[in-house]
Amino acid sequence: MMIPLSYYIVFGTVLFCIAIAGFFINRKNVIVLLMAIELMLLAVNTNFVAFSRFIGDPAGQVFVFFILTVAAAESAIGLAILVLLFRNRGTVNVGEIDSLKD
Amino acid sequence: MHATFQFVCFWAFAVVAVGSALAVISLKNSVHAVLALVLTFFSTACIWLLLQAEFLAIALVVVYVGAVMVLFLFVVMMLDVKLEPLREGFIRYLPVGIVVAGLMLVEMLGIIGVRAMNVLPGPNPASVSNTEWLGQALFTSFLLPFEIAALILTVGLVAAVVLAARERTDKKYQNPSQQVAVRASQRVRIVKMRAETDASTPTRETPQ
Repeated sequence: MMIPLSYYIVFGTVLFCIAIAGFFINRKNVIVLLMAIELMLLAVNTNFVAFSRFIGDPAGQVFVFFILTVAAAESAIGLAILVLLFRNRGTVNVGEIDSLKD
Repeated sequence: MHATFQFVCFWAFAVVAVGSALAVISLKNSVHAVLALVLTFFSTACIWLLLQAEFLAIALVVVYVGAVMVLFLFVVMMLDVKLEPLREGFIRYLPVGIVVAGLMLVEMLGIIGVRAMNVLPGPNPASVSNTEWLGQALFTSFLLPFEIAALILTVGLVAAVVLAARERTDKKYQNPSQQVAVRASQRVRIVKMRAETDASTPTRETPQ
C-alpha cells in the first residue's frame, strides 16, 4: 500500500465527470443514460472504498455493499420499465417520450 | 509488494477504466457500450484489489459483471432499437458535455485539494482478512440495514416481474370458487324421451 489517497479520489472524480458528460451527449438514449448512472455509482463506490481503507473504518465498505444491493435492484426495475416502454411505444428515444406534455 | 509495481498496476487499471468509460458514453452500438462498461467494472475491481478490499472487488465482478451487466446485455439485444435517431444531437451537445464535465472536474478537484490529500496509508487496520473484517461489522452494527437490503432486493424482484410480465388474453385457467359452487343439475341433465321403436331395424332374436 504505497499509493496515496489522492490517486483514488481523482480516479473516482474522473469517472464521475465522464458519466456526467455521458448524460449530456447521449440525452436521447435511455440505455446509455442507465449505464451512465452505473458509472456514477461506481465512482462513488471507489471513493467509499478508498476512504474506508485509509481511515480504517469498515463502515465505508459496508456502505458500498448496500449501494451495490440498491443499484442492482434499481437497474433491474429500470430495465423492466425500459422493456415496458419499448413494448408500448416502440422506442427508447427520450425525445419521443412526451405524452405527458399533451 | 514493491511500490513501483503498485503504481504501474494502478496506472494501467486506471487508464483502462477511464478509456473504457469514455467508450461507454461515445460508442454508437449499445451492445459495444455494455461490453465497454463490463471492462470498466473489471478494471475498477482490480483497483479495489489494490485498496485491499478483496471481498467488494470480487462482489463487484460477481454481482455486476455476472448479473447486472448480463441483464443489460439481454435487454439491449432483445430490444430492436434503431440507432440512428438516438444519435442525433450527439455532435451538437458534445461541446456542452465536455465543458460541463470539465468544469465539474476542475471544481471537484479544487474542493478535494489533491495536494493536501497526499497522505500515505498506514498499515492495514484489519488484523483479520478483509472478508472477516467486513462481516464482523455487517452482522453486528449493520444487521438491520442488512435485513432491509434483503427486503429491497425482494421488492425489486417482484416489481421487475410485475412490470415486465405480459398479460395474456387467451389464457385458460380454472376458477376454484366456481368449481366448488357447481350443482349436480349443471353437470348431468336427464332427458325423458320415448323409446325408439323402428320396425325396419331387425330386432335381435332372443334364443329359445
